[in-house]
Amino acid sequence: MLHLLLFLVFGCACGAGAINLLVQRHPINSALSLVVVMGSLAGEYLLLGAEFVAAIQVIVYAGAIMVLFVFVIMLLNAGEEERTSGSRVALVLGVPGMLIGAVLVAWLLVERSSTVTVAAGALPGDPQTIGWLLFHDYLLPFEVTSILVLIAIMGAVALASPPGMDASAKKEG
Amino acid sequence: MSITQFILVSIVKIVVAIIVLLTAVAYTVWLERKLVGHIQNRWGPTRVGPFGLLQPLADGVKFIFKEDLTPPHVHKPLYIAAPMIALVFALTAIALIPVGGWIHVAGVSTPLEITDVNIGLLIILGIASLGVYGVALAGWSSNSKYSLLGGLRASAQMVSYEIALGLSLVGVLILAGSFNLREIVDAQGGTFWGFIPRWNIFRWPPQIVGFLVYLTAAYAETNRVPFDLPEAETELVAGYHTEYSSMKFAMFFMAEYANMITVACLASLLFLGGWHGPVAGPAIVRALLPVFWFGLRVFAFLFLYIWVRGTLPRFRYDQLMAFGWKFLLPVAIANLIITALMVALRS
Repeated sequence: MLHLLLFLVFGCACGAGAINLLVQRHPINSALSLVVVMGSLAGEYLLLGAEFVAAIQVIVYAGAIMVLFVFVIMLLNAGEEERTSGSRVALVLGVPGMLIGAVLVAWLLVERSSTVTVAAGALPGDPQTIGWLLFHDYLLPFEVTSILVLIAIMGAVALASPPGMDASAKKEG
Repeated sequence: MSITQFILVSIVKIVVAIIVLLTAVAYTVWLERKLVGHIQNRWGPTRVGPFGLLQPLADGVKFIFKEDLTPPHVHKPLYIAAPMIALVFALTAIALIPVGGWIHVAGVSTPLEITDVNIGLLIILGIASLGVYGVALAGWSSNSKYSLLGGLRASAQMVSYEIALGLSLVGVLILAGSFNLREIVDAQGGTFWGFIPRWNIFRWPPQIVGFLVYLTAAYAETNRVPFDLPEAETELVAGYHTEYSSMKFAMFFMAEYANMITVACLASLLFLGGWHGPVAGPAIVRALLPVFWFGLRVFAFLFLYIWVRGTLPRFRYDQLMAFGWKFLLPVAIANLIITALMVALRS
């Protein structure tokens, strides 16, 4: 009973945050709504018994990645969005389209879901189990993912370096 | 224990913890003013009460009666919310910090902490990483160049040093095998050869490098000298809290000192043996004496904090960021690798 209540609370907070993200016109309000979404997702993970994933969601996603989002918005000094005719058309077409899509996905999930239910906390979510799985069974995907992130960082550094830097290096070298 | 008993005991613990924390914040300010004064060869506050002990009270009354200006050009919702965010996350971390063993009084036994969570250390790190929002949003919503620069610098610094902070703690976690703060402290009981306590800085492999990295990263996390460029008076007027007055400024102040106290408590628990110390006497004294030993360690750490503040000059911002990324992070990773190797070779 309490479990269902908490699930509904976190789920509604998540949904409200996501809808607020779309509705708000100032990007900083949207970024803060996304932080609320990340926090409620962490609450949902906690309800599933995945305590380590919940803590890491808060530390990494809500506490580092979203801070960098807020950074970019602060540095770019982005103002409020203005309502153009294009955005009004998008509103008229998009909201019913999104509702139809959401109903379709929900119907598919309910149709295909299994009848087996798992009690909360039945599956292991403690750090020891996750560490064992990550470094024994899933070691290759873990290393490949870290190389993927490294490639993204290198791409960002290459894109952000000042233009003509390699030309002057060629002149000297 | 029944539900109502549990709720009642929890409410009592929360009230006691909040009162102790807020008093500690106020008297840490007093301690800092006295100590920095003596380091600079002058008396600190001496007039208000004996040894200036009522000075925090006078400061509190002053803050309440000060005029609460709101400049006209600020982004109002975030301007008002930012000090609240900073203070809420700074005060919440005390809920996960155990200060002693179990206490049994009037047929009720309860651990001396508000909640006992299996991943307590991770949650404290999560709360610390969410505290960056207060600073970043204060700097941006004040709509002034000093505040924006101060807010950006402070948040970049805090995010950078969080990594070194977390990595310095992993050595302790390898030695203890758990994220639970109570278990980490329990693993540090007893002594080597009868007189060297089994604190984590003395155990094999000794976590002294981890302790020093944690110390440095904690000074940067809490924006204290030598890393206090974001709020340096001579550089940036007052950084991210330039446009704040009265109680909102007091909230930032309290948040900074509450963060200092949380960091000192964590250092005492993880590196300095927690609440272990000689205990004797009747049962109630046996339950409360460890709290005194814990408080002694926290006081020593805060003394070190304030001593460093009175002694060292501050880093320039590029020196600060280079130090965090190019020196502290590799040292923390090296500490982690060496600790893991020594533990693996030993077992």
